Amino acid sequence: MLLNGVAVEDTFAEAFAMWGARVMITAENDKWAMAAARAMTGFATSVIGCKCEAGIERIVPAGQTPDGRPGVSVLLFATSAESVGKRLVERVGQCVMTCPTTACYNALPAETTATTVVVGGLLRYFGDGFQAAKLLDGRRFWRVPAMDGEFLVEERFGVQPAIGGGNLLILGEDSAPTLAATEAAVEAMRAVPGVILPFPDGVVRCGSKVGSRYKTVIASTNDAYCPTLRAVSSATRLGEDVNCVLEIVIDGLDLSSVEEAMRRGMKAAARPGVRQISAGNYGGNLGQYKIGLHGLMNGT
Amino acid sequence: MSLTLTMRSAPEVPLEAEVLSPERFEGMSAAQAAEAAVLYGNRRAQLGDFFSIEGKGDGELRLVGDCTRVKRIGAAMTRGRIVIEGDVGMHLGAGMSGGTITVQGDAADSVGHEMLGGQIVVKGNAGHLVGSTIRGGRVGIRGGEIIVHGNVGNETGTGMRRGLIAVGGNAGDFTGANMLAGTIVVLGQLGWRSGAGMKRGSIVSTQPAELLPTFRYACTYRPVMLRLVLAHLREQGLPVTDAHVLGRYRRWSGDAVEDSRGEILLLEQSERAAA
Repeated sequence: MLLNGVAVEDTFAEAFAMWGARVMITAENDKWAMAAARAMTGFATSVIGCKCEAGIERIVPAGQTPDGRPGVSVLLFATSAESVGKRLVERVGQCVMTCPTTACYNALPAETTATTVVVGGLLRYFGDGFQAAKLLDGRRFWRVPAMDGEFLVEERFGVQPAIGGGNLLILGEDSAPTLAATEAAVEAMRAVPGVILPFPDGVVRCGSKVGSRYKTVIASTNDAYCPTLRAVSSATRLGEDVNCVLEIVIDGLDLSSVEEAMRRGMKAAARPGVRQISAGNYGGNLGQYKIGLHGLMNGT
Repeated sequence: MSLTLTMRSAPEVPLEAEVLSPERFEGMSAAQAAEAAVLYGNRRAQLGDFFSIEGKGDGELRLVGDCTRVKRIGAAMTRGRIVIEGDVGMHLGAGMSGGTITVQGDAADSVGHEMLGGQIVVKGNAGHLVGSTIRGGRVGIRGGEIIVHGNVGNETGTGMRRGLIAVGGNAGDFTGANMLAGTIVVLGQLGWRSGAGMKRGSIVSTQPAELLPTFRYACTYRPVMLRLVLAHLREQGLPVTDAHVLGRYRRWSGDAVEDSRGEILLLEQSERAAA
């Protein structure tokens, strides 16, 4: 299949069942809401090394947040609902509660929430007995005294089944056009609600395979897509005209959002200097979801 | 189709009508509902003696006419809806745990005393002891919301443990006395001795108030939680202004006779002027 003159490999992205939460961070102004969101989503690129994957979903205008202040919506994913809860307590506690003027709310709709985890109900202990609870419209909040006033945090956050590890591989003839195509894809994909691209500005250069020749290493470089290893790795998947490969990893709250992001990303990435668009998988043996690239573009 | 009860002959003495709860009439015809027992003074009577009844019980009751001598409407109700097109008597929604009651006119004393959940909205004024404990009791409302668009009398929220009481107008003396927790918002003036003996909880007013000497000034700030509460009350139709939502509030901690863990939040003077 050709997309704007770029070959789309007949393969699939292998994605995994995960659990996700949506967190609304608000603050006195855009700057501090974003500061908290950036801190909370730092070091959250891969569950392999970071225990969770997190990213900024979108900036939320003041009129659409619970307290009428500027907000940022953050998605966080982990391998179990319990793990989502632990990561939320760590990251909301260390990154949001510490950030001036912020408040933090559950933003997952009740209809998609499968279970809830306690977040504010644990962070409240930082209040050392001076914390106070408020129940409003069936939702419980904790007011934790802080040096700039109070940190307001919701007691429980919703968690829902989610999808992690959707991906695209952009194979280009050189670094610059590959990077430009990948950046264009990221911009297009970020407009899709319910997804995040957890790697730095959405792009990962060191895609990984499962396992290693070293028994203590659970993931290692994906030599099949490393141009420098084309001559020495029997696993290579690269033609001679490919000298740079970049990957975009997508996590989403549902499969259709991940698919839509991949669809938009492929369209945006198909541009001069790109030789092929592909996707990473493990032969279909590990992930619960197979997202076929041709199927996405054919609308099936 | 809801069950509509229109006052035919107003009672001369109080009519104890806790039977007027939507769940008790579910599936009932108008004729069956007319036979429901009420206490008229010290005599047994039937609803049909006082009301013309139409429709069928489907979870909603509509009461039309002057019900100022009808007491305990919606007491202990758990679900459904009551709409009262007129004034209503004492103990409205007492001990209710769910459902909604809307009063288009005024309500007498003890609205929602010791309620557990649900919502009561009074479009006019309400009497004393809104959302309070009964005399001799220790705990007032333990959940739900009471919203009064007009003024309320004395001792609103006495012994309140949880929930929200909001007053669009003024509140009388001893508002939030002996409060254990929960939130009382008064957009108008607070009466004397508000928060007397309160242990925890919040009393909020957009007007200056004379507080007991056992309340100590803490700071002036913008409580984020209050934004949520006020936004909610604005949605409920109370005249909450942007200045109320965005303004700074002076926080007074008290009552010192009970460890000062409660708070009274008063809108800062300049913010009030802007409102």
